[in-house]
Amino acid sequence: MQRLFLPLTLLVAAMFAYAPVMIAQAPFESTMLLVQKIFYFHVPSWFVMFSGAFLCAGASVVYLAKGSRNADHYALAGAELAVVFGLMGLITGPLWARKAWGVWWEWDVKLTLALVVWLTFVAYLLLRRYGGAGSEKLAAGVGIFGAANIPFVYYSVNWWRTMHPKTTVVPTLREGMRGTFWFCVLAFMLLMVLIVAARVRLERQRALVDDLFLELED
Amino acid sequence: MTFLRVVWLVMRKDLLVELRSREIVYTTMFFAVSCVLVFAFGFVREGQPMEDVGAGILWIAVAFSGTLALGRAFERERQSETLRALLLAPVDRPALYIAKLLGVLVLLAAVEVIIVPLVALLFQAPLFRHLAMLLALLAAGTIGFTAVGTLFGAMLARARSRDVLLPVLLYPITVPVIIAGVRGTSALLQADPDPAVARAWLSLLVSFDVVFITLALWTFEPVMTD
Amino acid sequence: MDFDSLTFHEVTRNFGRRRALNRVSLTCRAGEIVALLGPNGAGKSTLLSIAATLLTPSAGAVRYGDRTARTGGSQLRARIGFLAHDLFVYPELSAAENLLFFARLHGLADAERDVDAALAQAGLQDRRDDPAVSFSRGMRQRLAIERALLHRPRLVLLDEPFTGLDDAAVAATRARLSSLRESGCIVLLTTHDLEIVEHLADRAVVLSGGRLSAVDAGGTSLRERYRQAASS
Repeated sequence: MQRLFLPLTLLVAAMFAYAPVMIAQAPFESTMLLVQKIFYFHVPSWFVMFSGAFLCAGASVVYLAKGSRNADHYALAGAELAVVFGLMGLITGPLWARKAWGVWWEWDVKLTLALVVWLTFVAYLLLRRYGGAGSEKLAAGVGIFGAANIPFVYYSVNWWRTMHPKTTVVPTLREGMRGTFWFCVLAFMLLMVLIVAARVRLERQRALVDDLFLELED
Repeated sequence: MTFLRVVWLVMRKDLLVELRSREIVYTTMFFAVSCVLVFAFGFVREGQPMEDVGAGILWIAVAFSGTLALGRAFERERQSETLRALLLAPVDRPALYIAKLLGVLVLLAAVEVIIVPLVALLFQAPLFRHLAMLLALLAAGTIGFTAVGTLFGAMLARARSRDVLLPVLLYPITVPVIIAGVRGTSALLQADPDPAVARAWLSLLVSFDVVFITLALWTFEPVMTD
Repeated sequence: MDFDSLTFHEVTRNFGRRRALNRVSLTCRAGEIVALLGPNGAGKSTLLSIAATLLTPSAGAVRYGDRTARTGGSQLRARIGFLAHDLFVYPELSAAENLLFFARLHGLADAERDVDAALAQAGLQDRRDDPAVSFSRGMRQRLAIERALLHRPRLVLLDEPFTGLDDAAVAATRARLSSLRESGCIVLLTTHDLEIVEHLADRAVVLSGGRLSAVDAGGTSLRERYRQAASS
């Protein structure tokens, strides 16, 4: 990973530099026109958030089962990603909604699910920060429960919402849009890999420093 | 020492301790009642309760009281470090989890006995129309909430900032329980009650209970041992 | 299951950036009382907690005979009695109820009889139905010692057992520990009371800054030898 880091960074930077060009050239969507183009960044943000959530949950399972410190680093990286990219999604979402639907917030399935999952991982980070010693294991439990909760939140909000009129307009992907969309998804996913790698490395360095402190006492 | 016997012993001990002081029972019940009253002031307009609020208020009162009861129950264990004594005993750790869960459930059942009629009275909600279904919803929902809450409460027993962290951790995870409970109860309270809808919500609650109790049984030991 | 020795092999325990125990190696055998001495914060309680399977070492291993905490499981826990700094006594329950609960939890066949015997040993029969919260520190300590010994464990771990005890209780506890030694138990205790332990312990070791060193046997008083060992 060390050797790949720099080339990957350059690649991701290039992709993000090119993305606005692709987005500008993509065809307009019929009803929402220009506003809809926020979707090219908005949806990939959610992809990253959910990937982060599942990474956190998976790493937490390994951490609880095997006690591997490395797994704990990945869990923390996953949770932070989920919170940061979730926040991006939660900001771009209402911006889009205001223009497209006229309201800042809508209690539809995707938004509510995203909000709940985001809150769960914010709670995860709060626990790690303020829970005192030994909170890594406790946080691992929260991460696992948070991910397990996702289908339940989805179904409960879905049933809840079917009793109310829907106002979401799901854009169908036309030809020119599909390419741009997947390009942006790829850019975001590569960015995610980059960030996880950097974050895990940072945690490893921190653990190394702690170990050095301990060795000092020898 | 069978699993069930351990559960029974620990649960009996918890209830005995609680009965001596009755501290958690009284304070939680009083809290639940004041919760409902505060909502009454918030949601009753010109002497008439707003439509449909009965279900929501009932479940919010249960959630808030549950959080309080869980916090107090584990605070008590923490004070004499008796949780560690239980972990030292030659018993299956998951049995301790189930015992704690049942103890808090008994407490919350007592609280619900008080607030269900209270909500029915204050909000003119016909809660007794489909009593069996309502009780099923309350049972399944309370179990789900308490199952997650007991695990988190035990986890946090020795952590810092545990008082505020418990609700912060618990509420996002129990969102499906609240939604299902409120919508299910609403379906029973509305002008044209729909028991089929309530049954659908009940099945969601039951599957939530099964999944999360299983998860808690798996994670209890690794999370509680240092 | 029973075992004849408790072995710490290069046990290390870290708490974040602090090394509480540093490659501690110690073997205690059946029929032996080992006194663990040392200044406050030296790691004595941590070592006992590890021996009681409540904490896992960051490095190194603990063996009970030829088993570890993992392989021993809950059966191993049945053979360990632990008196911790926190007494593990429910304040709302009476002395008898406390002991009865733990007796039943350990699956003792004749729980009531064992509880009666324990209360007699602790000299608390006339207070048996009083809630533990009304006891003095010394009385709670006596109750806690009996709770730790109720299930006739093989390995007895005591963290400061003589705290708060008056002379009569100290003598009674010393006699108790001696008889445990006769019956082949492994006893590991920590204390600050060097005089009490002087003629009781077979061996003394000093834990200082997480490191273990032995105290020479025989010769001058224990206090002298301890001072020597602790300052080296």
